[in-house]
Amino acid sequence: MRFSLTPEQEMIRKVVREFAEKEIAPLAAEIDQTCEFPRVNVEKMVKLGLLGIPFPQEYGGAGGDHLSYAITVEELSRACATTGVICSAHTSLACYPLYAFGTEEQKQKYLVPLLKGEKLGAFALTEPNAGTDAASQQTVAILDKDDYVLDGSKIFITNAGEADIFVVMAMTDRSKGTRGISAFIVEKGTPGFSLGKKEDKLGIRASDTRELIFENCRVPQENILGQEGKGFKIAMSTLDGGRIGIAAQALGIAQRALDETIQYVQERKQFGRPISKFQAIQFTLAEMATKVEAARLLTYRAADMKDRGENYSAAAAMAKYYASEAAMDVTVKAIQLHGGYGYTKEYPVERLMRDAKITEIYEGTTEVQKMVIASSIIK
Amino acid sequence: MDIIVCVKQVPDTNEVKIDPKKGTLIRDGIPSIINPEDKNALEAALRLKEAYQGKVTVLSMGPPQAEVALKEALAMGADEAILLSDRAFAGSDTLATSYTLARAIEKIGKYDLIFCGRQAIDGDTAQVGPELAEHLNIPQITYVRDIKVNGSTIIVQKALEDGYAVVKSPLPVLLTVIGELNEPRYPSAKGIVDAFRKHEITFWTAADLNVDKARLGLDGSPTQVVKTFTPTNDRSAEILHGDLDQVVGTLVGKLKAKNLV
Ligand SMILES: Cc1cc2nc3c(=O)[nH]c(=O)nc-3n(C[C@H](O)[C@H](O)[C@H](O)COP(=O)(O)OP(=O)(O)OC[C@H]3O[C@@H](n4cnc5c(N)ncnc54)[C@H](O)[C@@H]3O)c2cc1C
Ligand SMILES: Cc1cc2nc3c(=O)[nH]c(=O)nc-3n(C[C@H](O)[C@H](O)[C@H](O)COP(=O)(O)OP(=O)(O)OC[C@H]3O[C@@H](n4cnc5c(N)ncnc54)[C@H](O)[C@@H]3O)c2cc1C
Repeated sequence: MRFSLTPEQEMIRKVVREFAEKEIAPLAAEIDQTCEFPRVNVEKMVKLGLLGIPFPQEYGGAGGDHLSYAITVEELSRACATTGVICSAHTSLACYPLYAFGTEEQKQKYLVPLLKGEKLGAFALTEPNAGTDAASQQTVAILDKDDYVLDGSKIFITNAGEADIFVVMAMTDRSKGTRGISAFIVEKGTPGFSLGKKEDKLGIRASDTRELIFENCRVPQENILGQEGKGFKIAMSTLDGGRIGIAAQALGIAQRALDETIQYVQERKQFGRPISKFQAIQFTLAEMATKVEAARLLTYRAADMKDRGENYSAAAAMAKYYASEAAMDVTVKAIQLHGGYGYTKEYPVERLMRDAKITEIYEGTTEVQKMVIASSIIK
Repeated sequence: MDIIVCVKQVPDTNEVKIDPKKGTLIRDGIPSIINPEDKNALEAALRLKEAYQGKVTVLSMGPPQAEVALKEALAMGADEAILLSDRAFAGSDTLATSYTLARAIEKIGKYDLIFCGRQAIDGDTAQVGPELAEHLNIPQITYVRDIKVNGSTIIVQKALEDGYAVVKSPLPVLLTVIGELNEPRYPSAKGIVDAFRKHEITFWTAADLNVDKARLGLDGSPTQVVKTFTPTNDRSAEILHGDLDQVVGTLVGKLKAKNLV
């Protein structure tokens, strides 16, 4: 067992880090305040091909691996967690199901522009009354001649206001339970499809999170993804991969909090010396660093398992569960070690703490990760 | 248009610290980078290729680790990369470096343009580019900050201390470029993947080149480093304290004593 990246993965890290520090980080505090979606960051990521890393080049992807993708989300999130989730939701939640379950025509029509970055993607499973209990879908899709007619609403959809292509779950046959759920590709601007207001959030504030409303929305029959009734499976397998992205986002946030704190404690003087000289501070730093490293290993392992074609579902759940709690813990400690300054917007650590919280919630709460892990243990 | 870009791998001097006791650079664990102005050179070459077609070859002399720098150049969009690596090249000064690069360029054969950075951030001599042009017996324009191609001639702006000169030259020509010239692109993710999975780096040793062995490496380097030292600052400062009139009086007295006022 060798815990080292390949030269290719090392270069991805080096380049994305430099890019994120120079191009993405300077905007992070400002968009946290204005909540303005960073379109310019999307354009810059597209130039580097960061919105399609783990997909084949024949579809417009970079042809890279999932570990490189995880490193990319980590480094983006280290600079700006909002930008990290734009990349992650687009890649893992929209591109992946199209790549894994789409027909060749669907891939050419929808996946290629997504991977080239000409279009942005979103994924819509959650409903007001179907969160953790995602199987209780109330949005329906009824086949009428050549179209499915969608009615219902989705809530908390990442990238919603900016996306062009949506993967949407809806009930096609209520009598079949989860086997009655199907996945659809819905384009922005389809009549009957509208957006609700943008959520005002604690963290990742410039990420565009909205309600989707479907009223008599006709989607061509050929836009069903996979077969009728396969939607729940598609959603669950999509989320398995997405959790690697969110674990990586949490890791990037935690790493940044650690980096900021290491620097701060060596500069801040109290009792006539840098506070880093106090063992209580050193011990806290040691705890933070260990958690970050453990989160990294779990995250990279899950990505590597995916690359090697192994079953990574439980590994991804462990990575997301651990990395998100680590991010929360490390960012809270980062504020503590910054003292009163850390509580102000003079320093980035308060933003990091607010950004960290979401990683324990979306793409399955911590409780859901534990359910996934437990079900892999107790069969 | 066939373009050769000479790139040197250098320690990231932003990260280099000086050993306070020995006065030497601490190179351990310092990341290596492409010499910054060589990235500007590569960017210029890539833009010309995009505008006029052709091929961009990157050439470096250095230890095997310099492969990483060439992979990055490939990831940015270079078509081919050649690394000159041999123990016989070790200890080269600028003369031996430029001689070796020149023989390699002769082996490559066809070229319209050769790009170098103005200077390397470690060696800092700015000699390799001009020497290389002399070895190859082609014109050179240094400190280039703008480039226009017009058929088989090139028109560039050459930076001067207080302005710039517009210089025209036939091709082939060697240009050394400065940071002002452009903003180097980031390698794309696809470029990085291709650099590692699709491109091979060509390695040449002394045996692959038509060279006079006596002109290589340490033996071929007339420059002798006698001693390196960190300059000391012997100047001292005096700060005057007290009430303003008194301080001004003392200051004027001191300046007069030194015949400065
Ligand atoms: C900013 C943001 C972005 C999002 N982006 C997307 C997106 O792009 N696409 C999408 O489809 N969804 C998205 N979501 C939705 C997100 O995935 C859900 O919020 C999440 O799954 C939890 O659902 P809920 O909010 O309904 O909470 P609930 O399900 O109501 O859960 C409330 C609490 O109860 C716990 N709980 C529930 N059931 C159990 C149980 N059986 N055992 C133990 N504990 C339980 C939960 O863990 C949680 O702590 C996003 C949410 C947010 C806030
Ligand atoms: C006094 C002195 C003594 C030295 N002694 C030694 C020694 O004993 N051992 C030793 O190993 N080194 C030694 N060096 C370093 C060596 O001379 C230089 O590293 C090398 O010749 C390049 O010169 P430079 O770094 O000044 O490059 P510059 O002339 O500043 O570089 C200009 C441009 O030339 C090109 N270029 C330069 N070097 C290369 C290269 N290797 N491959 C491709 N392109 C290149 C690049 O485009 C670069 O931007 C010495 C340097 C000096 C000044």
